[in-house]
Amino acid sequence: MVLEFFQWCETVWLGRVVVESLWLFPVIEAVHLLALSVLGGAVLVVDLRMLGFGLTGRTVSEIARNAKPWLMGAVIALIVTGIPLFLSEPTKCYYSPAFWVKMGGLAIALPFTFAIRNRIAAAEPVRNTARLQMLVGALSMALWITVAAAGRWIGFS
Amino acid sequence: MSLLAYAEWLAATEGSTALRESLFMYPLVESTHVLFLLLFVGMTVMWDLRLIGKVLTDVPVTEMADRVLPWVRAGFVVMVVTGVLLVYAIPVRTYQSVWFRAKVIFLILAFLNIWYFHAKVLPNAATWDRDVKLPWPVRRAGLASIVLWALIIVAGRFIAYNWFDCDIQPQPGFVNWFAGCVVPAPQ
Repeated sequence: MVLEFFQWCETVWLGRVVVESLWLFPVIEAVHLLALSVLGGAVLVVDLRMLGFGLTGRTVSEIARNAKPWLMGAVIALIVTGIPLFLSEPTKCYYSPAFWVKMGGLAIALPFTFAIRNRIAAAEPVRNTARLQMLVGALSMALWITVAAAGRWIGFS
Repeated sequence: MSLLAYAEWLAATEGSTALRESLFMYPLVESTHVLFLLLFVGMTVMWDLRLIGKVLTDVPVTEMADRVLPWVRAGFVVMVVTGVLLVYAIPVRTYQSVWFRAKVIFLILAFLNIWYFHAKVLPNAATWDRDVKLPWPVRRAGLASIVLWALIIVAGRFIAYNWFDCDIQPQPGFVNWFAGCVVPAPQ
């Protein structure tokens, strides 16, 4: 079933266009990396603060509010560039453990970031939530690093 | 010794050969180089966006410099260490890569921008630190930095592709000149 879906993806025109071009894959991949860098800044500036580093003179909620549009923009750019990259080699992705680690990580990281982390970050830090913030910041960092590392590893398989 | 001869000598050393032929070390170093984009370029972008006035506008630039730039510097140290190792593993092809050479040029420009900002612009921060709209030299530095680091990432990624490699001939004259290819004269 899943394999058949991936094999069907192989026939989608967008993926074919990418495969047949010498330049499209590298260019889209480079834009994917640029968006990854922006994501890194927007995630880390908040996570580091949750762990008690970086802009410690500011509240977590202030930093999170400022970073949010850049986080959203980066995620959208990553998805928009990620889809044609995937469509250019869906069968390879199906057989790549790194691809599944990345998608599994993403399936946790996205709802974790936009539901749980945003709520925790918006709360003003009183003594008890500070420890919870540290935990959420560490988890967020670990999740996004896993997604990025597994993403890079798809290329090695 | 020319740089090319030096690169050829380096490629023949035991360490370079071991790293180049390693099953896991090379991909590990390469992945670390890519992953630290998250920290190094990520935090750089946040800093640049602050200079442009697009993020954290309530935070004075001097406070950003104190609290954010140490993370940029830490990330940069890892970038340099892993980057040097990547060149060390594949010295000749990298030295003759148009993308690597473009990346070095962009890096030099990025550093001139950083030097100018820290030498000439940031020392006057007291006069504009809390302005809603920062003076043009400050915004210009942020904008130049974002553009240059983006170009550095793209050029760096393209080093992996062999479109313009010296061993793929014929290439346009400009490519052979810019890459420093040693092309035998046609018979």
